[in-house]
Amino acid sequence: MAQKQEEVQIVPENRVYGRPALLTDRVMHYCPGCSHGTIHKLIAEVIDEMGMQDRTIGVSPVGCGVFAYNYIDIDWAEAAHGRACAVATAMKRLCPDKLIFTYQGDGDLSAIGTGETIHTCNRGESIAVIYVNNAIYGMTGGQMAPTTLVGMKTATSPNGRDVKLHGYPFKIAEMIACLEGVRYVTRQSVGTPAGVRRAKKALRKAFENSMEGKGLSFVEFVSTCNSGWKMTPVAANQWMEEHMFPFYPLGDIKNE
Amino acid sequence: MKEDVRLMKGNEAIAEAAIRSGCDGYFGYPITPQSEVLETLMEMRPWETTGMVVLQAESEIASINMVYGGAACGKRVMTSSSSPGISLMCEGISYIAGAELPCLIVNVQRGGPGLGTIQPSQSDYFQATKGGGHGDYRMIVLAPASVQEMYDFVFDGFDLAFRYRIPTMILSDGVIGQMMEKVVVTRNRGRMSDEEICRQSGDWALTGRKANRQRHVATSLALEPAEMEATNLRLQAKYNEIEQSEVRYDELMTDDADYLIVAFGSSARIASETVQMARKKGLKLGLLRPITLWPFPSERIADLAARMKGILCVELNAGQMIEDVRLAVAGQVAVEHYGRMGGQLFTPGDVYEAVQEKLLKKRRH
Repeated sequence: MAQKQEEVQIVPENRVYGRPALLTDRVMHYCPGCSHGTIHKLIAEVIDEMGMQDRTIGVSPVGCGVFAYNYIDIDWAEAAHGRACAVATAMKRLCPDKLIFTYQGDGDLSAIGTGETIHTCNRGESIAVIYVNNAIYGMTGGQMAPTTLVGMKTATSPNGRDVKLHGYPFKIAEMIACLEGVRYVTRQSVGTPAGVRRAKKALRKAFENSMEGKGLSFVEFVSTCNSGWKMTPVAANQWMEEHMFPFYPLGDIKNE
Repeated sequence: MKEDVRLMKGNEAIAEAAIRSGCDGYFGYPITPQSEVLETLMEMRPWETTGMVVLQAESEIASINMVYGGAACGKRVMTSSSSPGISLMCEGISYIAGAELPCLIVNVQRGGPGLGTIQPSQSDYFQATKGGGHGDYRMIVLAPASVQEMYDFVFDGFDLAFRYRIPTMILSDGVIGQMMEKVVVTRNRGRMSDEEICRQSGDWALTGRKANRQRHVATSLALEPAEMEATNLRLQAKYNEIEQSEVRYDELMTDDADYLIVAFGSSARIASETVQMARKKGLKLGLLRPITLWPFPSERIADLAARMKGILCVELNAGQMIEDVRLAVAGQVAVEHYGRMGGQLFTPGDVYEAVQEKLLKKRRH
């Protein structure tokens, strides 16, 4: 006969984990298995833990992350496609006491926004740039991105990315690490609990650098896009480990 | 107290006025014929006095998006450029209009299309008053005809931008930007404190989400058609209000005039000489100078048209403002155009001849 379980009342006092205070109740529009939700959660936790809610401004991109402002309960500006770093530059120059960060996908940051990204990094603006790289355009329906791996099939590379036709996948993190204004460049992923814990530490470091005026911090998240990749969440995570990590290796690229 | 009168270029007047109007940030990129704005600011180092930020961006695209970011924080921010650079900014201007943010944009026009010429032109009238960027939006457009107005319109431009949360443009040209004139340097207002920003823009500016308010979001996105239409209706209501309240124009000898010139900016300066010339010869010519190109002085032009024998639009372009004049006149009287393009200017005598050719002779035929 099964033992009768002792009834435990769930009250705030005995709760060991909860929804981050800065995440709104709005149901996220992201597909099941998408990395965005986890990254949002980490950002909300770090801002809350730093006690920075009333002094943080986020800049959201064009792409799947455009509605980040619906989910994290801070002030936000939604930037034109690719221009988030320029928007954030002025915010930090005009409001140096604020924590300013951008949240951008690979199409936004490393295709249409390459110019703004590189020059903001080069000026060493004390902002944090959060870069979600899933090697595809998610919101527009799975087209090839600058980061799409060689051979990878997308809506605009239906036979797989061919370097003769499309050039090579773009590693912008390594590129900006050479710039003197850049303080911290790291590549993370949230595919495993251990990865989530490491990623949170990286975000905290990037945000602290921003507040200490130490120059630009860049946190890349190698991510999945189940819908764009046309895979189940489990298969997408496995594919990310087998194909994305060898080309986009995780870890710190620059840490001064 | 003695007046502070200085001799300066139109572009220098913009820089001087920016600092004295309490501007928080200027973001720009060099382009002829307006580079003296950024050069003068860098020379004056206002970050050491008023704390104003001056930043040379990597492009006009970056400049206007920096303006977007600063404006979203409730700051008094501006940029300046010339025609090809303004084309690059049009996307950003559309976003600023859509997100209902205040800012000041100065266009010291040069001849186009394309890379064109560095010489003066007024061929960006359409771009300034009809859009340039995408979507149903408007900018308030001020057209200075002197270096003094370059100076004064920086103050007025910021005031209008904040009153209506709208991008405001000073549409100048290479003549006004480069020429030197006396300027009465008036007013000196400080930058807004954080408290003043909260007082003035507390219901929308990104100042950090405090416990006593909802989060603020600067955005022009609304995927739901009903929501997007509501945004558009709100914008149109605002534009109607501006059309009712903010029309500005200047007139010269229109009271008894038989013929009327309509001209703005540097063309109006030249045409004012033509009016004097005509009067000496007994021709009753008058001048209406729109100061706001949007909102356009349509009502006043319609009133004047009722008692004119002919109207000549004098512009440094192929005929752009004439479309608004004709809409206002609504067929009451013939409206003709006289212009030069590609950086060429006309003299008061050229304009006088055009009045003879296009208004008087045609009338006799």
